[in-house]
Amino acid sequence: MSGKTGNGNGPSRVERRFAALKAEGRGGLIVYVACGDPDPETFFEILSGLPGAGVDVIEIGMPFSDPMADGPEIQAASLRALKAGMTLSGTLEMAARFRTQDDETPIILMGYYNPIHSYGPRKFLKDARAAGVDGLIVVDLPPEEDEELCRPALDAGLHWIRLATPTSDDKRLPTVLSNTSGFVYYVSIMGITGTRSASGAAVRQAVARLKAHTDLPIAVGFGVKTPEQAAEIAAVADAAVVGSSVIERLKAGLDADDRATPGLVDGVLGFVRSLAESVRKARAH
Amino acid sequence: MEALNTYRGGPDERGHFGHFGGRFVAETLMPLILAVEEAYEAAKKDPGYQAAIDDFAKHYVGRPSPLYFAERLTEHFASRGANGNKGAKLYFKRDELNHTGSHKINNCLGQILLARRMGMTRIIAETGAGQHGVAVATVCARFDLPCVVYMGTTDIARQAPNVFRMKLLGAEVVPVTSGTGTLKDAMNDALRDWVANVENTFYIIGTVAGPHPYPAMVRDFQSVIGNEVREQMQAAEGRLPDTLVACIGGGSNAMGLFHPFLDEPSVRLIGVEAAGHGLETGKHAASLAGGRPGVLHGNRTYLLQTDDGQIIDAHSISAGLDYPGIGPEHSWLHESGRAEYVSATDAEALEAFQLCSRLEGIIPALEPAHALAYVAKIAPELPKDHLMVMNLCGRGDKDVFSVAEVLGVEL
Ligand SMILES: Cc1ncc(COP(=O)(O)O)c(C=O)c1O
Repeated sequence: MSGKTGNGNGPSRVERRFAALKAEGRGGLIVYVACGDPDPETFFEILSGLPGAGVDVIEIGMPFSDPMADGPEIQAASLRALKAGMTLSGTLEMAARFRTQDDETPIILMGYYNPIHSYGPRKFLKDARAAGVDGLIVVDLPPEEDEELCRPALDAGLHWIRLATPTSDDKRLPTVLSNTSGFVYYVSIMGITGTRSASGAAVRQAVARLKAHTDLPIAVGFGVKTPEQAAEIAAVADAAVVGSSVIERLKAGLDADDRATPGLVDGVLGFVRSLAESVRKARAH
Repeated sequence: MEALNTYRGGPDERGHFGHFGGRFVAETLMPLILAVEEAYEAAKKDPGYQAAIDDFAKHYVGRPSPLYFAERLTEHFASRGANGNKGAKLYFKRDELNHTGSHKINNCLGQILLARRMGMTRIIAETGAGQHGVAVATVCARFDLPCVVYMGTTDIARQAPNVFRMKLLGAEVVPVTSGTGTLKDAMNDALRDWVANVENTFYIIGTVAGPHPYPAMVRDFQSVIGNEVREQMQAAEGRLPDTLVACIGGGSNAMGLFHPFLDEPSVRLIGVEAAGHGLETGKHAASLAGGRPGVLHGNRTYLLQTDDGQIIDAHSISAGLDYPGIGPEHSWLHESGRAEYVSATDAEALEAFQLCSRLEGIIPALEPAHALAYVAKIAPELPKDHLMVMNLCGRGDKDVFSVAEVLGVEL
């Protein structure tokens, strides 16, 4: 099942996007945003602006009260979103609304299992597919729990994107890569989001090791913060993922009560544009 | 539920008790979780490992803990019955007499000896009441390993004596401000630490929760409680007890008491959850009574959660019970009907806390005071030859300041 296409007939949005990047000879930019942060309408404005700002793949975080693999920025973003009323069904609606205006940019939902478990895994997969979602990253579902959601997701025509980590040694890696599709998300550090950063050299080596085990594109994230770092990563991997530092920009546009101020959306999209420009200047491989 | 010929066979090789349990952790942790499991399986086969645990349990912890006939409480409950010739015979399993003052040390001993076998050089832990944190800090001092304990700021405020105790023992106590600053948040931050330090760090989880193999491993270490009760009751009364009662935070003291008796159908097992201000108020910590199955902290179990699957903060006067989940084996025992789960409120626990102090000269921790509060409800109407064992799993020294505050006494 590994490497299966997203929709069963023809290449998926994710596959088309990575093929296009390859043809352009550059690495891509993936941006993470927490759905509904800081409020649904402001979030939708940001989401709508991401493709125009140069984002190649969008990762939408499904807010969870207890995001164990995330650092303070993404935790806080999740809690702001929940406080402003975001839910899992709200997240699916947001994806569907985005799809009415953009049918090409891949959307990956990223989060934790409990809200999906609570929603009902089968119903979730059906609704996510209908909303135009392309793939899933569920942090707390390792290969050992594949029958929970991974296999049903692949059967439903969604990509299942696994996190490979520095602890995924040559013994572990085949397990991690099995049932992975769309792309592989390499977590470049041991740790939570938004904390440490890996060196370009370490990432280059890790990507080479992964490439020996898989033909799937490799995206690299966790600790990628600046346009310079994004370019460095995009030069050696198929895409760079930026999350916490985008959220930091968003936070800079909040007032003391966590409400959006007028410049917020432009501030976030301006930063994203600088990431995209930097990535585009970096020549791949 | 299919008929089982044993309730003691779980978990399966993937860590499942029925459909509860499992290994729901980030990939970074998976290789280490598998290594812990492998090391534990190997240790179990090594007689030297169990011998080391037994030796420290005896000379360092002070095991076996006594099985004590609580005569005055027995008389008190009998006098509460509708007619004069009833009232269960109540025994306390005195795990509050252990070194460090609770059952938590039983588990810490097993885990630190395992960490050493694995060559780990740094220990982390979460704590609610601070009893587990103190026990971890204690074994870290004894075995010369650096120790970092995550503790919510709310708990730091209400369990101040234990915070200082941990520091005296050489541990670093990291205040956790996320969420409500209680046990669940401490566990989140301990997991975040672990993800960042997998190469050298062993996480000593304090209850029968977390990813496989922790629920089974912690249960095994705590089963010394039930095994001793079995022998001691045989010596005292020449038979099995009729009812076992224990409080439930994550469920480790209860599982340790229950597990050796799971296949004795005549023995009634009762776990007491914290009902906080009352189940109907929504401000409680009773995951089985007020929750539904979900996935948190590495396993599938009953959780307090919203319709959207967001975790709800628990509430209990007892920091050690203030957790929105419960060990997966309890969820399974609950659904299979082998054990019963009930609850006691803050107010009932406070009353039991004072009753035990005055009648038995034992100040219990607020956690087992919940178990006693339920004993008080059922003991009066049970026959006089009914043998009841309550796990007195912790002493109340840590709670005297917060109880004084609730009772409006200035110290
Ligand atoms: C004395 C005591 N009893 C009970 C508990 C609850 O834990 P468990 O349910 O795992 O026994 C604690 C936790 O801190 C405790 O300190």
